[in-house]
This record gives sequence, structure tokens and C-alpha cells, in this order.
Amino acid sequence: MLEKFLQTLMDGLAVGSLYALIALGYTMVYGILKFINFAHSDIFVLGAWLSYSMAIMAGLSMQSAVPVAPWIFAALGAVTVLAAVMQAWDRAGYDRVPAAWRGRLPTPGLGGTLTIVSLWGWSSVGLAFAARMIATGAAESSAWRTVAGGVILLAAMSTCGLIGFCVERTAYKPLRKAPRLNVLITAIGVSLLLQNLGQLDWMFGTRPQGMPRLLPDVTLAQFAGSETVPPVKLHLIDVVGAGTAVVLMVALDILVFRTKLGRAMRAVSYNDRNAALMGIPVDKVISFTFVLGAALAAAAGFLYAQKYPGLGQTASATWVLLGLKAFIAAVVGGIGNIRGAMLGGLLIGSAEMFARAYQSPSVADIYVFGILIVVLLFKPTGILGTNAQEKV
Amino acid sequence: MSDLRHRAASLSPGFVPTAVLSILPVAAVLGIAMLAQLWLAPVLANAGADFFIKMGVDILVAMVLAISLTMVNGFTGQFSIGHAAFMAVGAYTAACIVYYGSYRFYGNANVQGGLVSSMVYGVRDVPWFAWADALFLGALLAGGLVAAGCGYLVGLPSLRLKGDYLAIVTLGFGEIVRVLVQSQTTEVLAEGASVTPDHLRMIPAWGSTLAVDDYITAEAIASAPVWVWPKYVGGALGFGGLPFYTSPFWVVLVAGLTLLVAFRIKSSSYGRAFLSIREDEIASEAMGVNVTAYKVRAFVVAAFFAGIAGGLFAHTVGVQLNPAELGFQKSFDIIIMVVLGGLGSISGAAIAAVIVTILPELLRTPDLLAASWPYGLGGVVLGAGLIGVLRSGGRSTTLGRAVLFAGLLVAGLGLLALWAKGSEVDLGRYRMVFFALALIAMMILRPQGLLGVGEIWDRSFWADLVARRSKGGVS
Repeated sequence: MLEKFLQTLMDGLAVGSLYALIALGYTMVYGILKFINFAHSDIFVLGAWLSYSMAIMAGLSMQSAVPVAPWIFAALGAVTVLAAVMQAWDRAGYDRVPAAWRGRLPTPGLGGTLTIVSLWGWSSVGLAFAARMIATGAAESSAWRTVAGGVILLAAMSTCGLIGFCVERTAYKPLRKAPRLNVLITAIGVSLLLQNLGQLDWMFGTRPQGMPRLLPDVTLAQFAGSETVPPVKLHLIDVVGAGTAVVLMVALDILVFRTKLGRAMRAVSYNDRNAALMGIPVDKVISFTFVLGAALAAAAGFLYAQKYPGLGQTASATWVLLGLKAFIAAVVGGIGNIRGAMLGGLLIGSAEMFARAYQSPSVADIYVFGILIVVLLFKPTGILGTNAQEKV
Repeated sequence: MSDLRHRAASLSPGFVPTAVLSILPVAAVLGIAMLAQLWLAPVLANAGADFFIKMGVDILVAMVLAISLTMVNGFTGQFSIGHAAFMAVGAYTAACIVYYGSYRFYGNANVQGGLVSSMVYGVRDVPWFAWADALFLGALLAGGLVAAGCGYLVGLPSLRLKGDYLAIVTLGFGEIVRVLVQSQTTEVLAEGASVTPDHLRMIPAWGSTLAVDDYITAEAIASAPVWVWPKYVGGALGFGGLPFYTSPFWVVLVAGLTLLVAFRIKSSSYGRAFLSIREDEIASEAMGVNVTAYKVRAFVVAAFFAGIAGGLFAHTVGVQLNPAELGFQKSFDIIIMVVLGGLGSISGAAIAAVIVTILPELLRTPDLLAASWPYGLGGVVLGAGLIGVLRSGGRSTTLGRAVLFAGLLVAGLGLLALWAKGSEVDLGRYRMVFFALALIAMMILRPQGLLGVGEIWDRSFWADLVARRSKGGVS
């Protein structure tokens, strides 16, 4: 009995740490913009699929290396050219046109953003190529495979961060002052867009794929077994997954609570107008939050794909449900609260795994949603949430 | 003073009693529904346009859902993202009653209805209204009532929860309903299937008549007690074998009545209370509105109509009732309709239901779209002409701009479809991408939706054509 309990607990913590990573993105965005970013779970899916594509490209699967799709270079090249043009426009063009035309032409300031986007895109591609070089140089060595996996993790985080940045700038920023329902619908729109773009032939396609294992399938330790009961196994993948998640979460906690940037984030979350008056660049802080959340979701996607290698198509219900559970983890822990999201993730992951092990897989979700409703009814702000008093 | 007297006179009972006056619209809806069933549908079917009949049914069911959600999201400002769950509850309740009820009364699950629920147009030797239609109607109402009960349960937490938190509760409720259905056995009691020990345990009445490995007979299904019906609804595989009762008559009837009720509510004291809660909860509480009670009422009414729409959906031709389709993505579809139409606008929700249902279908059948680009160009010309004429008359040009924009849209989509046909790109695969892009663009460029809070007849563009504005006034 003890063995089953321990095994379930370990599985729960392993899955829960991934939920916590995704939940952090939900909770940070909610804390700052007070809206539920339904597109966040799709960034997670994108992270999983991007790491799959990069692993295939690097030749880490059974078949030989696949070349990078040419449209990626075309798109990045176009952005680079556009960035150069807009830089010139920012520097010299805008002042030279007659004042009467200026209202109809793009205002200066786009050049810097586009330059960042293009450089960022190129460096993501560069990271993916670095992974490929490591993989081809390393041949069959499993240690170098793991190193290549680490580089792929970084590349996926960087790419998803870029996507998060672009989504925030194009879809959410124009709606800063709009009613929250509108922003929510936009988030649903972005979510639909990412899901369905991912299913196109020139993206990931509709066929499910198997993620190549980048970590050796090693059991680190086993204990507490007997002749009749299988022992509790501690897999390397679980340790690495939970370890990466913990490292990232600790780093995030330090970033948010110990640095100047983190203080700016907390200030914007507390009151964005006052923060702006205090000289905090609110738009930049918001963008940074999105990038951070997206990068963490991408990491979760990579680790999830390592643990469960079967990747379904991007719009499949499994992904949606995973994202939903991470969202529930954020709510249960107290949405807007970073430590709460970590706690909520572990709680939801364990609850799900225990329901799966001790009852049946089909009812596990009922427990998850049941916890959600019970927590909301008795402590609506979540376990660690602080009570926001509504003022007249 | 004379104005007051005039209003007072209009309040006193007139020549025609109020009871009769309030029946009249219902009678009109019934008449339109009969007309749709007995005249329009046969005409379309004879012309080979069955596709349009099916589209029409889908549109009207979506319309009922959108209008019912308008009562919660639009009027009351409560944010419900679990509306599909009420639909699912209604659908499964109605499906159970119709399927197992048909076995109990008729010995099989075929359509036994009269002319009103017949989809074989031109047959005249059946009665207008058979008892099976009453069964279907009763099932719809029962589905609505059970859904309304769930609406009451979901509305109650609004005592404690506000805004996003209430939204999350509705989301959780919706997912619980879906998961509960999915975790049931994947079986529907069907003739010819073999009897398992599980059956005999669940349905003790069979113990005397059937044994393990016997075949299930119609009599056995008819003898299954009511309390095992919800157990055998097909679980994750879906409820197969339902009779198709949802004819044009029923959808037009339900959609018409829903519209009627929604308009009546909006202009009643209830509607005022709903709208006041949406505008400012604290202020309306200070004015004596019982906020919680009204929120719960909004949920109950909306859930009732969503339940009925679910019953209609379950019995639509070609639909197999499946819990996976009634998850929160369906709820999002309904929210999209409400927001696209304009929060609080009934006619807006109805129009958006039409657009949201048709647009993906059009992209799936690009031939129709490719043929439509000349009409789009016509619209562009007409719109430009209208703008010119109206402006020279010193009137607003909203109507002209609306026509111009619609024309541009149709022409653009049509030309795109034409190009896709030429270069063998399957546009159908891109339909959800277009849809998502349109949604984002709509939210950024026109955040208030098509109509805002008003109704379509409140809009200035009808006034453009009749009323003369001040000189040089541009909308």
C-alpha cells in the first residue's frame, strides 16, 4: 500500500511541477492585466511541438535530420528588412513628411521593436542550429544528446517568448483600455489562431508524432518493494523535469521578489497608473511578463513532451484539458499570486494522480474541477490569495 | 401635460383585452413556424437546396443559444463561460426521454411524429400533430427545466463570487457536466446487443425475462426503469440512434419564442434590473434591486432556453450527441456570438449567430464563395453610390459604409476562394485561421460588436434613408 501511495505521490509531484510552470504564466498575466489569458495553454502546446520539430531538425530521432522550413527564413528576412526600413523611418523619415500627412502614417517607435523581434528570431534559429551541431558532432553519445536537449529547451523557450511578445504587442496592447470581456474574446481568438495554425501542413500537421527521448531512460533509485509489490521507482526524467521546474520557479521568485525589475512588475500589478507616474515603463513591464510566462510555458511543454512523448495535434482536446488544469492550479493557489500558482500546481497534480490511481482515470477530472469549485466557494481568492476589497 | 395624458390613456385597458394582445405575437410565431415547415421547407427541398434547410436549422439553434446567453452576459453583465453545459444537460435529458420514451410507447426509436416534425416534405397522409410530437415537446420542456435547475445551482454562488471568479465557477461546472457524461458507460441500450451481467445488475427488472448473452429486445428496453436511463447515454462515444425530430417547425417556433421572451424581458422591469446590475452593481443595490436574486433569475432563464436548444440540437439530422462537442469550446462559440453582436443586443446576437454559423461553412464549400465575388463588387459599387448620394443630400453615410464594407468583404473572400481554386489550396483547412483572425480584428477595430447595446432598428443607418440631418452632418 505504501508503495502505491509513494509512487502516486511522486507522479503527482512530477506532473504538478509542470502544471505549476504553466500556471505561473496565467497568474502573472492575471496579476498584471486582470484578464485570463486563454491563449497561454496554446503557448505551452507550441513549446512541446517546437521542441519536437527542433529535435527532428537536429537529427535526434530515428530518421535523419530534416532541413529547416524555408518559410521561416523568408519570414525572418522580411521582418529584418522591415525593421531596417522602420529604423530609417524613425531616425529621419517622420520629420521630413508634411505635418498634414503624419496622422495617416505610422508613428515612429516601431523600428526598435521590430529590430528586437528580428534579432530575437535569428538567435532562436541560431540556438536550434547549435543543437543540431551538437547532435551531429556527438553521434551516439547519450550525454551529448542531453546537452543538445538542453539547448533545444533554451531555443523553445526563446521562440515561445518571442511569440508571446508578438501576441501581446499585436493583439492585447491595442485593447489596454477596452472592457475585459473584449480582451478575453481576443485571447480566445489568439488561442484559436495558434491551435489552427499549428495544424496546417507547413507547420506541425494534423498527425500525432512521437517526441524522441533526449534523456536516457534510467531508474535512479528504487525502494520499498517486496516480492509481490513492485518497488517505487525514481525515474531520471521525473527528477530532471521536477528539478528544472523548481530551478525555474526559484529563479522566477528571486526575479520577482528580489530585483528591481520584479519590483516594477509588482508595482504595475498593484496599480498600473501609479506605477506609470513613478516612472515605471508599464508597457515594457507588461511585455516582459508575457515573455516570461511564455518561456516558462515552453519549458513546461518541453518537459511534458519528454515525459509523455506522444504529441497530439495542436487543437486536440488533451492539450486544451491540460491547459485548463494548469489554469485551475493558478486559481486554486490564488490567481495573481506567484507562490500560490506553484502550490496550486502541486496540489492539482497530486489530486489528479491520486484520483487516477485510487479510483479511475475517467473521474480524475471531476475531482480537479470539484476542488476548483470548493475552493472558490469557501475561499474565492484561492489558498494564498489576498482579499481584494471592492470599492465604490 | 398633453403628453402625460396621452401616456395615461395608453395604459388603460383598451378595446382589445390585454390577454388577447399578449397572445397575438405567440400566435404569429406559431403561424410563421407552420409556414416555414409547410411551405418554405418543401419549396427549398424541391429546389434541391437541402443544404440551406440544414444551415437554417443550425443557425436557429445557435440563435437560441446566443440569445439565451445574452440574458446573462449581455443584460446582467455576469460572465458565464459554461453555457454549453446547460445545453448538454438539456440535450441529454431530452434525448433520454425521447429515446427511452419512444421504446416505452411505440416499441422502437423511430420518428413517429406528425406533419410538424416530418422531414419528408410533400407527404400529406399523416396527422398534423401526433402524440409523439407531444413526447418531443415534453422532452424539450423537461430538458429546459432540468437545465434551469442547474442554472439555479450555478447562479447561487453569485451571492459570494463576482466577475472572473463566477466565470471560473461556470467553466468548472461546464467541465464537470462534460466529464460526468464522458465517464458513463459507452453504451446505449440498443436492440440486438447482448445482455451482460452488468445489465442484469443495473436493471433488475430484466432478471426474470432475460439472461446473460441473450439479446436485448425492444420490450426489454421499454421495461428499463427511468432511473437507469441516465446511465446508458453512450458516455464518451456519444448517444447514437436518436430519432431526428428537429424539423424547421420546431426550430422556428423555439427561436421565435426565445426572441419574443428576450425582448419582453429586456423592456420589462426585470430587464431594467438586469441592465442596472450590469452598469453598476453597487448603485443598483442601493436603488433597491435585489442583486443576487436577479442574477440567479438571469441564470435560470438563460439556462432554460439553452436546455431547450440542447434538446433541439440532440435531435437534429446528422448530429450524434457527443459530450466532447459540448465542452467549453462550444461555450466559447456562444460567447463569440454574443460579443460579436454587441453585448446586450438581442438582434445583434441573432445576426452574429447567423454569421458565425455560416462563415466557417462557406469557407468549407469554397465553390459558393468563389461564385460570389461579383455580388461583392456590386455591393462595393452600391455602397460607394450610397455614400455619394447620401452625402450630397447632407445625410449620414453609415448605411453606405456598411454596404461598402460588406461588399468589400464578400468580394475579397470570393476572389481569395477563386485564387485558392486556381492554385489548388484547400481553403477549408484555413477556415478556422480566418475565423480567428476576423475575431481578433473585430475586437480591436470594433470592440463594441456589430450593434453595441442597441437593436438593429435603433441604428442610425435606417434613419439615413428617411430623416434629414443637419447640413453637412456626417454620421
